[in-house]
Amino acid sequence: MNLLNYTLKYLSIALLLVISIWALLFYLNMIDEVHDSLDDGLENNKMLVIQRVAKDRGTITRSGFSEHNYYITEIPEHRGITFKDLYQDTLMYTLNEQDYEPFRMLTTVFDQDGKYYQMKVVASTVEEDDLVRHLLYSMIGLYVVILISVLLINNLLLRKAWTPFYQLLNRLKTFRLDQDDHIQTPYTTVREFNELNEVVSGLIEHSVVTYNSQKQFIENAAHELQTPIAISMNRLELLAETEGLSDGQLESIGRVIDALQRFSKLNKSLLLLSKIENRQYGDTALISMNSLVAHVMYDLSDFTEMKSLQVSVTAAETLNVNMNRDLALIMLSNLFKNAITHNHTGGTIQIIIDKNSLSFRNTGGEGELDAKRIFKRFQKESKQKSSTGLGLAIVKAVADLYDFKIGYRYDGQHNFSIHFFN
Amino acid sequence: MKLLVVEDEADLLDVIRQSLEKEKYIVETAGSYAEAMHKIISFEYDCILLDIMLPDGNGLDVLAELKAGRKSDNVIIISAKDSVEDKITGLNMGADDYLVKPFHIAELNARINSVLRRKSLDGNHTLDLADMCINLSDRVVTVAAKELVLNRKEYDILVYLAVNNNRLVNKTALAEQVWGDYMDEADDYEFMYSQIRNLRKKLKDHAPRIEIQAVYGVGYKLIVT
Repeated sequence: MNLLNYTLKYLSIALLLVISIWALLFYLNMIDEVHDSLDDGLENNKMLVIQRVAKDRGTITRSGFSEHNYYITEIPEHRGITFKDLYQDTLMYTLNEQDYEPFRMLTTVFDQDGKYYQMKVVASTVEEDDLVRHLLYSMIGLYVVILISVLLINNLLLRKAWTPFYQLLNRLKTFRLDQDDHIQTPYTTVREFNELNEVVSGLIEHSVVTYNSQKQFIENAAHELQTPIAISMNRLELLAETEGLSDGQLESIGRVIDALQRFSKLNKSLLLLSKIENRQYGDTALISMNSLVAHVMYDLSDFTEMKSLQVSVTAAETLNVNMNRDLALIMLSNLFKNAITHNHTGGTIQIIIDKNSLSFRNTGGEGELDAKRIFKRFQKESKQKSSTGLGLAIVKAVADLYDFKIGYRYDGQHNFSIHFFN
Repeated sequence: MKLLVVEDEADLLDVIRQSLEKEKYIVETAGSYAEAMHKIISFEYDCILLDIMLPDGNGLDVLAELKAGRKSDNVIIISAKDSVEDKITGLNMGADDYLVKPFHIAELNARINSVLRRKSLDGNHTLDLADMCINLSDRVVTVAAKELVLNRKEYDILVYLAVNNNRLVNKTALAEQVWGDYMDEADDYEFMYSQIRNLRKKLKDHAPRIEIQAVYGVGYKLIVT
């Protein structure tokens, strides 16, 4: 629900309530006013009739609702003395409407020549159901008009007053910590928006500084580590050349060198990851995936042969992708190595190239892997000691850099695919 | 052959010097930019190993000074930076090779050997060990004037071990040299063992004076008997 609809929802409920109460009060007030004015008229009529009766006694006998709007009957004295004027609503049959219509009736008593007479004076009154109906229509009309006005005004206001807000929102939507170093906020006369802009700019600046220093730290740490690794490794290599070492001692030295080797590889992989993420691979060229696959296949043929893997390439189309050549090679060889490492002896690897995707389908461990986790760093499914657990993370980093989509699917075999174009 | 090693890390400098002296090179060292500048101006070297990240200056300036002085010294950059740009910058400035830290001693030997051989103007692109002769330009191995037929990998292994003859070559260094960077996800070195097995058999049959010794857990050593 957007801001416009949100305010409109509450406004419409509130307005409905206010207008209904207002209509009820207005109706009661109006009915009261109508009765008041009718009653005044009836009082006046009463006095006119009494005057007429005083002049002409025949008026009494000629009275009746069929001809006049008053009706006079004689009443006993005891009733006459105690009687008080009574205004009431009643229904009377009217010819024009051929129905009973509401009338206002005044019942009063007067004495003339020692006799008491009761007189009823009537006046046609408004038809309340008509009034209510009309009032309801007007109220609905008013409600709709107000709602439309609110909608229009709100819309205009939102568009105008909230422009800086939406500008900021749109800018934030496209903001990437690894690409942008600050955001340009529009100037606005509204204090709250200016504050928001300031706060957001500050927050982003802080995040960018933190992000960059983290990045820098990883890079520096990885670089600085290379030298002590080099010293240790070369010293051990010299030590291994010393005469008279036992086989056991040599083996120990070999193991330490292997461990240092792994350390160094891990370090290099981390450096590579941070370089990819820092966009330090600039030059792009149109790379033919078909020939690159053949190239990687050739380079890795010793590894596939050793595991007796059947490698087949199904290339329905020629796939050319605009990207950095080194990264393309890293991406493909990592996927290929993944398919080899996690395969069993005598398994198969199928490479499928079509118009906009490349997939590796390989046999391997039973059961589906967690598609959400496999592309994360240090997610090792295998117990291979030499595996850094960064191979697929590097593939993902390359894919992210170029907005390629990588996917994993299990259908008895493991399928890793890259979609190059959206 | 006279070499200069420029490296600010004293420990690394020492270990490189020790290793190079085993190869019978005359090794001089410089631990800083200033010292390196002083030495290159005063003396001539066949090969300079140059660290480009020095505390008191940039190693690339040393390289620039060398090239400006039209000195024919060969330069191998040794650096912890392995970005393509850094390599291209170094090579464009006239360095002969670029070696990324950490490196194996065998790798350093091979690079120095290759640079020095390129320098020799007599066109001697052969490596002679006892009665074996490796022609590096034609990739042909002959033993007592008879050709020894090797496949590509076997040839690469033999050359690497021959360059480092009588030195213990780490198995990872050898694998990286021959199989490139594809090693990192391999579970073992089985593929290499079979190639070496074949090579050893061929050597035993056709070049009995050349022997590849396996040093358990560490690597291999080519010796001439």
